[in-house]
Amino acid sequence: MKTPKDLYYQESHEWVKVEDGYAYIGISDYAQDSLGEVVFVELPEENDQITKGTEFATVESVKAASDINAPVSGVIVMVNEDLEDSPELLNEDPYENWIIKVELEDESELQSLLSAEEYINSLD
Amino acid sequence: MHKYMPHTKEDISAMLDTIGVDSIEALFSDVPKSLKHRDLDMPSAMSEIELLNHFKELASMNTPLKSFMGAGSYDHYTPSIIRHIIERQEFLTAYTPYQPEISQGTLQYIFEYQSMITQLTGMDVSNASMYDGATATAEAMFMACAQRKKKKILISETVNPNIVSVVETYAKYRGIEVIKIKSDNGETSLDDVKANFDKDSAGLIVQSPNVYGIIENYTGYRETLDEYKGMFIINSDPSTLTHLKTPRSWGADIAVGEAQSLGIPLSFGGPYIGYMATLNKYIRKMPGRICGVTKDSEGKRAFVLTLQAREQHIRREKANSNICSNQSLLALFVTVYMSVMGKKGVYEVQKQSKNHAHYMHTMLLKLPQFEEAFPDKPFFKEFTLKTTLDVDVIGKALIEIGYLGPLPFKKFDASKEDLVTFAVTEKRTKSEIDEVVAVLGAL
Repeated sequence: MKTPKDLYYQESHEWVKVEDGYAYIGISDYAQDSLGEVVFVELPEENDQITKGTEFATVESVKAASDINAPVSGVIVMVNEDLEDSPELLNEDPYENWIIKVELEDESELQSLLSAEEYINSLD
Repeated sequence: MHKYMPHTKEDISAMLDTIGVDSIEALFSDVPKSLKHRDLDMPSAMSEIELLNHFKELASMNTPLKSFMGAGSYDHYTPSIIRHIIERQEFLTAYTPYQPEISQGTLQYIFEYQSMITQLTGMDVSNASMYDGATATAEAMFMACAQRKKKKILISETVNPNIVSVVETYAKYRGIEVIKIKSDNGETSLDDVKANFDKDSAGLIVQSPNVYGIIENYTGYRETLDEYKGMFIINSDPSTLTHLKTPRSWGADIAVGEAQSLGIPLSFGGPYIGYMATLNKYIRKMPGRICGVTKDSEGKRAFVLTLQAREQHIRREKANSNICSNQSLLALFVTVYMSVMGKKGVYEVQKQSKNHAHYMHTMLLKLPQFEEAFPDKPFFKEFTLKTTLDVDVIGKALIEIGYLGPLPFKKFDASKEDLVTFAVTEKRTKSEIDEVVAVLGAL
């Protein structure tokens, strides 16, 4: 199972990658593996406001439908629309295929997230 | 031992001995005294012959009437073959089975039902049916509010008040605000929609033909709602869609309504069946069951219940609706009706209903006692007139000669005591219409 070191994580299995003041948000390898074959991603829309700790998308697999919670707050500037037609991308490479790109509202929120090591420990 | 009560006294005492209780009464010792020992005035048992005679006697107290009343229930002919088919034991159940894929026949007729509903409404996808037209409309409101994440809905005052009150009841317990939209000459006012529709509104509910029977014109509605991504919900009697513009062609996001008029008898008001259809992009917010077609492991065609992650037995806390069932027997009724009648037959029934209604409308307007309530508005098989007569006198006079109706509109709105709404179907003959018009003309 992959857990890249340069990302932030939260216990509900989302990751955050920060680049040029923007946050890319996706689900972890562990999450996609537990869900099984992903068949649908219910995406939010551009310009929607997301709030840390609240759901912004739903990932539906053959086994379950799970809410994806925002690890940070901000405004969505881009949605990965490839997931509409190819939800299985989340299984194929969950770190390459982010779900949304967000303009960070408060960088200090990142402090409360987990490092790769802390996230791996939280899985035990 | 009685044949419907299988336990003998010996059985009962053996069971009580086993669990160590003295009497059946002792089993209920936890029930407070105040709730027990009510004197139920139960008549003594009857034999089968006595019972049949008893019910025949009760039934003979009914006065069978020929109906000119509509307002959501229409007296269309039910071909006798329908009952024979739906009463086959392979079909005769009220529900979609909980282990559904074992019942391929049931799933196939649901699939056929859904296909027919999408053809009538022009929408992409239909669910397996709902309890009735009013609850289907309320569920459409929930769906719009969930899709848009908003808590306000607009509803036209030309929607049948019975539907509006169900919508309001559902809204109350979800904290949804319901705004009534005014009408102009019997039709929803687009100006009032524009005045009330804002960024907090999830959408608009309208009905066509509406409670007065008027076919509404929704030109400009889609554009108005698009300003804040409003969901457009159109309630229609699906039988009229054989002739009228479909909800899809008006730009509807959700089409709902009461499908009783597709062959289901009046039956004193129920059970009926609600339908709901939507666009593919909203399918995951649609409540109820959906039947799909796929291939099994041997490559053969197979029917399945699909997209069940929407439903509350999978995600209880997130489900948009608590409906986990459908009105399956009535969906079968509708499916068999449309199959037996065929496209042409269903069209012909409605054409005759429309022609009979327009004939009656013309004849009544020749009487000095009646005038148009809403001048120059198009109608289908139901129309509303203003009368100089006392509407209760009309009702009584018609019952005396064996007819029910028209609907006194004051039942819905006490201020409209001079309005009456007639519904006419293919079953009402020219001589019946002439007889009623003659009696009304003499009042």
